[in-house]
Amino acid sequence: MKPAPFDYIRAESLDEALAALKQYGSDARIMAGGQSLLPMLNMRLAKPAVVVDVMRIAALASPAVEKGSLVAPAGMRQAAMLARPGLAAEVPLLSLALPWVGHVQTRARGTLCGSVAHADPSAEIPLCLVALKGSVRLRSAKRKRSVAAEDFFVGMMLTDKADDEMIEAIAFPTIRPGTGYAFAEVGRRHGDFAIAACAAVVEQGRMRLAVGGVGDRPLARDLGALDGSALDDALNAFAWELGAGDDVHATARFRRDLVRKLGRQVLEQAAERANRRDAA
Amino acid sequence: MSRLDAKRRHIVSFTLNGAPAEVEVEPRMLLTDALRYGLGFTGTHVGCEHGVCGACTISIDGAPARACLTLAVAIEGAEIRTVEGLGPAPGRLGVLQAAFRRHHALQCGFCTAGILMSLDAHLFRHPDPSREEITEVIGGHLCRCTGYAPIIAAALEAAAEMRGDTRGTGEAKTSRTDGHA
Ligand code: FES
Ligand code: FES
Repeated sequence: MKPAPFDYIRAESLDEALAALKQYGSDARIMAGGQSLLPMLNMRLAKPAVVVDVMRIAALASPAVEKGSLVAPAGMRQAAMLARPGLAAEVPLLSLALPWVGHVQTRARGTLCGSVAHADPSAEIPLCLVALKGSVRLRSAKRKRSVAAEDFFVGMMLTDKADDEMIEAIAFPTIRPGTGYAFAEVGRRHGDFAIAACAAVVEQGRMRLAVGGVGDRPLARDLGALDGSALDDALNAFAWELGAGDDVHATARFRRDLVRKLGRQVLEQAAERANRRDAA
Repeated sequence: MSRLDAKRRHIVSFTLNGAPAEVEVEPRMLLTDALRYGLGFTGTHVGCEHGVCGACTISIDGAPARACLTLAVAIEGAEIRTVEGLGPAPGRLGVLQAAFRRHHALQCGFCTAGILMSLDAHLFRHPDPSREEITEVIGGHLCRCTGYAPIIAAALEAAAEMRGDTRGTGEAKTSRTDGHA
């Protein structure tokens, strides 16, 4: 299908984009790489009166390293992040997960912030942000705020972002000493939406697991320092709490089983990597 | 800031296969339609129109991308390459295209233009690709005819030929598959 008509604003500065949002509120949609928005427009699931293109805003193109965080601005494409030299040493989880985001052909255009704004429950970038306890920096014409990723995603493609706000950047905490990371995903084919995706962070023996594709948003659980059957029990409880549903791709039961098995696998892998880093 | 009215048509200027191009479009027009209907470049195919099948893949600023997930108004000033730009001359096949023909890497041809564009971009940056890399690139495309094996074989052979590793088949020697030079 084709998009319904809309006015197109090519913003040259952040202020211009924010002014458009202030004026049109929920009738406007920000477009960055367009890889999540265009399918919504084509299928007419979104019919904004105004589309605001932010890709010409020079200030939103390059990442920044701040203390303890790698900050990806609204215009930064997924391919650019994946090609960033040293990403694996800065934010290892992101470098593990990005190859799973769509395909080469969509990563070339799609942005990190766009994926976060879209908030698909099976998307990998929101999952990483939640696993790492990252944050989302929001901006409107009148204010600036930073929201913890875990509070930003509130439901199925629903976020805490107000209609007059846009995501200016997202901040990924960088690697900490003695910490290991792992990522795994099961889908029908590589690049399809995840049936379940698991991201693990193990820091000084304390385990944290985030799961995407199962609940209505990416959700994380701090599991402490468990092993053996205690870990299995904790994973089982988490799997049930995610409220998995049946769809054409997988049953709820299969999804729960993936959380138990894949979850354990990534936690063990992350723990092993943490140990190796300690030793190094 | 420029603001383009929904109900009007606007001129977008860009480079198409190395030559300056202009097309008049409403803001809502997809790049696929601008190329096909606006400019008559029907080599770019349209399958799903939501980014899944890969038929519409073209090159935007040197990277393969979905034309159906791109607004025509957003490509102002960009370098666009389509399958029409692959042959060295009208009626001649590029190296990659000739390898596709030898290997029967297409049957109906619906997916072919998109796959060629993805592979062309990849081979330009990675002249010595592994089978896994090719599989990864092709993973962004659906082909319901070939079963993919001949496509992978054609891509690997074309890469080898462009590196000068094999004899090749004459015709293809005349030029690289594309105008990247
Ligand atoms: S038509 Fe663009 S990906 Fe299918
Ligand atoms: S040749 Fe028919 S779909 Fe690929």
